[in-house]
Amino acid sequence: MKDTAKSDVRIGVFVCDCGSNIAGYLEMKELVEYSKTLPNVVFVQENLYTCSEGGINEIKQAIPKHNLNRVVVASCTPRTHEPLFMSACEEAGLNPYLFEMANIRDQCSWVHMRERETGTERAKAQIGMAVAKAARLRELKRIQLNLSHNAVIIGGGVSGMSAAMALGNMGYEVDLVEKEGKLGGLLNDLNMILPSNEPPERLLNDLVARLETNPKVNIHLNSIVSKTEGYVGNYVATISKNGEELKVKCGIIIVALGARVLTPEGLYGYNGKDVITHLELESLLRKGPIQSKNIVMIQCVGSRCAERAYCSRICCMTAVKNALLIKEADPTARITVLYRDMQMYGVELEEMFRKAKQVGVRFVTFDPEKAPVVKDGSVSVYHLRMGKEVSIPCELVVLSTPLIAQEDAPEVSTMLKVPINENGFFLEGHVKLKPLDFATDGVYLCGNARYPSTIREAIGQGLGAASRAAGVLSKDALFTSGIVADINAQTCCGCLGCVAVCPYGAINFFPERGVCQVNKVLCKGCGGCAATCPSSSARLDGFSNEQIYAQIEKALAG
Amino acid sequence: MLDVGRHPKVNVLAYSEIREFSGQIGDFKVKVLKKARYVDPSRCTACGACAEKCPTKVPNEFNFGLDDRKAIYKDYAQGIPSVYTIDPNNCKVIQGGKCGVCAKVCQAKAVDYEQKDSEVELNVATVIVSTGYELFDATQIPEYGYGKLPNVISSLEMERLLSAGGPTKGHLTRPSTIRFEKRLKELPKLIKKAEKSEDPTEKNKLEEEAKWLEEQTHKHHTATKLGFIQCVGSRDFRFHKYCSSYCCMHSIKEAIIAREHESSTESFIFYMDLRTVGKGFEEYKVRGAKVSGLKYIRGRIAEIMQDEEYNPVVYYEDTEQRKVVGMSLDMVILANACSPSKGISQISTLLGIELDENGFVSTHPNKPLDTSVPGIFTCGCAQGPIDIPESVAQASSAAARAAEVVMTGGLALAV
Ligand SMILES: Cc1cc2nc3c(=O)[nH]c(=O)nc-3n(C[C@H](O)[C@H](O)[C@H](O)COP(=O)(O)OP(=O)(O)OC[C@H]3O[C@@H](n4cnc5c(N)ncnc54)[C@H](O)[C@@H]3O)c2cc1C
Ligand SMILES: Cc1cc2nc3c(=O)[nH]c(=O)nc-3n(C[C@H](O)[C@H](O)[C@H](O)COP(=O)(O)OP(=O)(O)OC[C@H]3O[C@@H](n4cnc5c(N)ncnc54)[C@H](O)[C@@H]3O)c2cc1C
Ligand code: SF4
Ligand code: SF4
Ligand code: SF4
Ligand code: SF4
Ligand code: SF4
Repeated sequence: MKDTAKSDVRIGVFVCDCGSNIAGYLEMKELVEYSKTLPNVVFVQENLYTCSEGGINEIKQAIPKHNLNRVVVASCTPRTHEPLFMSACEEAGLNPYLFEMANIRDQCSWVHMRERETGTERAKAQIGMAVAKAARLRELKRIQLNLSHNAVIIGGGVSGMSAAMALGNMGYEVDLVEKEGKLGGLLNDLNMILPSNEPPERLLNDLVARLETNPKVNIHLNSIVSKTEGYVGNYVATISKNGEELKVKCGIIIVALGARVLTPEGLYGYNGKDVITHLELESLLRKGPIQSKNIVMIQCVGSRCAERAYCSRICCMTAVKNALLIKEADPTARITVLYRDMQMYGVELEEMFRKAKQVGVRFVTFDPEKAPVVKDGSVSVYHLRMGKEVSIPCELVVLSTPLIAQEDAPEVSTMLKVPINENGFFLEGHVKLKPLDFATDGVYLCGNARYPSTIREAIGQGLGAASRAAGVLSKDALFTSGIVADINAQTCCGCLGCVAVCPYGAINFFPERGVCQVNKVLCKGCGGCAATCPSSSARLDGFSNEQIYAQIEKALAG
Repeated sequence: MLDVGRHPKVNVLAYSEIREFSGQIGDFKVKVLKKARYVDPSRCTACGACAEKCPTKVPNEFNFGLDDRKAIYKDYAQGIPSVYTIDPNNCKVIQGGKCGVCAKVCQAKAVDYEQKDSEVELNVATVIVSTGYELFDATQIPEYGYGKLPNVISSLEMERLLSAGGPTKGHLTRPSTIRFEKRLKELPKLIKKAEKSEDPTEKNKLEEEAKWLEEQTHKHHTATKLGFIQCVGSRDFRFHKYCSSYCCMHSIKEAIIAREHESSTESFIFYMDLRTVGKGFEEYKVRGAKVSGLKYIRGRIAEIMQDEEYNPVVYYEDTEQRKVVGMSLDMVILANACSPSKGISQISTLLGIELDENGFVSTHPNKPLDTSVPGIFTCGCAQGPIDIPESVAQASSAAARAAEVVMTGGLALAV
């Protein structure tokens, strides 16, 4: 390793006026003069706008002219401008990681608008710190990696099938892995689907036929993914089918495991005969019209309660659907839905709700504190609007039970190193902004594995996950960032502290050697491991202890 | 947003509209009108010096007129592209008068009063319609008094009031206070002007107004007792029969944030069904009640009146207690429906895509991103009310459909 802060370090400092944004509030001349006094600084220039074409050219010219081997820009925020300045260095033949920025706008002129003197002092300190760090910067490299352009999709329900179709159509090789003997997941068990108002076979057969004829899509039935190795761009997935194993290379993996319906053992007298779930009702309806005239449906059975706090999103619509279908077959049927809130959101579902009320389905709210009681031949409930207990005679009680996570979810979560939430649903990278991504690059999610969804939503999410995946698959090569962590295998004690703290699953533990190693492709340079490691074996390139300490020392020295 | 602005393959044409459209999947021709900004975007660095010096103040529509902006302006600091724009209807120079201050202070030489609208022609394989929604205009419901009662505001006005970058820097100052204080501040100047006139009536009138406003100041206070009214214009046959799907959640969110800003805030949410169907939403709602003390009241508001202190008074049938009750509040926030965007009918005619009976872009549940025209896709609130996570997911889905078209030369039409 080269010695640091050596005398051959030649730093150029560019101080930006940002129009009047900085120059209006700080003493620019003072900043320039101060910069000249700093160790290793051989060139200082003030720019009106360093980021303008003119400013960038000044950097590019100064590097060869003054033989600069480090560049510091004191200006606005690295969030928007660092990449620009780094590429200016690169274009002038300097390694882009030999660049450092001091944010004297957001952190000085903007916050000290009325304190010219203190603002200027603070800007000096920040430039000093940046220069101290710059002197200790080392060349870093972005590693280029080849990648596989194939995809593996786990789960062949409507969401996984939609993802497979989209990727296949885009020209990527897809392995679609389904645990059961046929594709379709939940769709196989439904009677009719609303709002499209068609039997599920229509959608299912159409999708299956097109997948089967798509030359890019390989369907693996009765199969699971039993093992995965590697990382984004370079996974090897083991597909197991009846004890036989097939290893496939792939660039990305999509999680489309779906969810299953809760069986409400012990709730409301559930017996699978005259107290049943909606899924059971759907299989009854598939066989033909049902005999019962008086039907009570109870919502939120096993959901929105202490064990399962969430709302399962689709059970209200399922109840309304089945009420409508029964009423359609037999307008004299009397159906009462006991509910807490009818989750008939949006355009189509609210329309179904309205229709159901119009054809005479009764909707009665109940308070979970005074939950309905199923008796022999009737259901009694405290009627909030009437303010008294009422008894509703019925021959059939249908319970709306939530979708719950698949039994395999925890295993798949461990295998892919992606998280699940307290209910066992897979946890996306960001609830609002990255709904179909995981924090770990190269793994995506869709459909009920993420959260209960309608078919419209499951199809949309399948396509969306395919699109996110195509963002990786369409690249010719992957580049790592230069700012990545590294673990010194000589000193690592294998305590796994870093593994626990890494949010991106970028650290692997090798038990045979008893050490951890960073996967530089997955590492996002957050520095968590370096800060945690008790033996100082983990370091973050570009933010080494030495560099940070130099900055701190400079700051304290004033 | 920043990522989009910086992406080498994304060309943002902001302040632009589609004028002409023709062609078919794989080969659409689009003529785009780029409106004149009177500022050269390649030079402007968004330093803001011009706006600081511009003498012309205009009510700021971005904050619903709760504060002012200048004739040269930018909606908010983080906006993309990061460029200032002159509002031609208010700029003195463009209106034929004298000024030129902004051009003088602009060190980047970006101001160009002569700039003209320009046209760009694009040749594209696919189009995605993501024109979003419009806030339902609540003045259509006279019994809620929106537009007349100062302290009855829309959901978006509430978002601006709660925003640290908003007109009150996140304080819940009541709009009645904001308006009165603003008027009180400008009155002395007007009185001085009126003094010069021969006729004293104008001056007297203004002085009386000032006196009256002074007397009102004791009624000025921040809002701590809030009422949120759900389904305003939604699930209502007179307006939109559909549910707007995100408003239950944004009211709960706003009430929770209001409480975070001021711990004595009390919020009442009046609803028919609380639609908490997203991931973590039900939990958020329950936490709202437990931790932030929100009170959820099932009942539809019949009418909103106002008492002498400018407090809105809501009358509602408490369906659970079975009686009509009145409640006096500091401020009422309406959960305005998600209406189809204003320009959507024009877009649909230009592009030839079908709309549903409500004015959203028509799609089939099995092909959620496809419009009636092959190669034109849609996502977000353009196709119906949905929240941000759903919009973001759909945007990716629409991109997948577009990619299928581009990568197969327009052959992959089916899902
Ligand atoms: C009773 C009921 C009625 C409904 N009615 C409607 C309706 O009318 N309209 C509507 O829009 N929606 C309806 N839905 C919702 C709809 O069924 C779902 O949105 C949709 O099926 C979700 O599809 P998916 O692909 O996410 O999950 P799933 O359909 O659950 O598919 C997941 C697949 O993954 C497989 N799998 C699981 N684990 C593994 C593993 N480890 N390895 C490989 N494969 C695995 C499963 O076998 C399954 O095939 C209803 C749901 C229910 C429960
Ligand atoms: C008060 C309020 C609070 C909310 N809070 C939340 C929240 O906390 N969480 C959440 O998930 N959701 C929230 N939402 C919902 C959220 O706003 C929407 O889900 C989201 O904005 C939809 O995004 P969009 O891109 O479809 O539409 P929009 O955000 O409406 O964007 C559409 C864009 O298209 C442009 N446009 C329109 N017509 C044309 C045309 N003809 N040509 C060119 N451009 C055009 C518009 O200028 C606009 O920029 C809230 C909504 C409201 C009203
Ligand atoms: S969708 Fe309806 S039944 Fe299902 S958990 Fe939510 S409120 Fe309860
Ligand atoms: S720097 Fe952050 S992302 Fe990289 S390995 Fe360490 S903890 Fe993980
Ligand atoms: S127009 Fe000129 S003064 Fe105004 S923000 Fe742009 S660069 Fe600054
Ligand atoms: S020329 Fe127009 S925009 Fe510029 S400062 Fe004057 S009024 Fe404002
Ligand atoms: S989301 Fe809530 S407030 Fe909005 S229309 Fe639907 S039920 Fe009403």
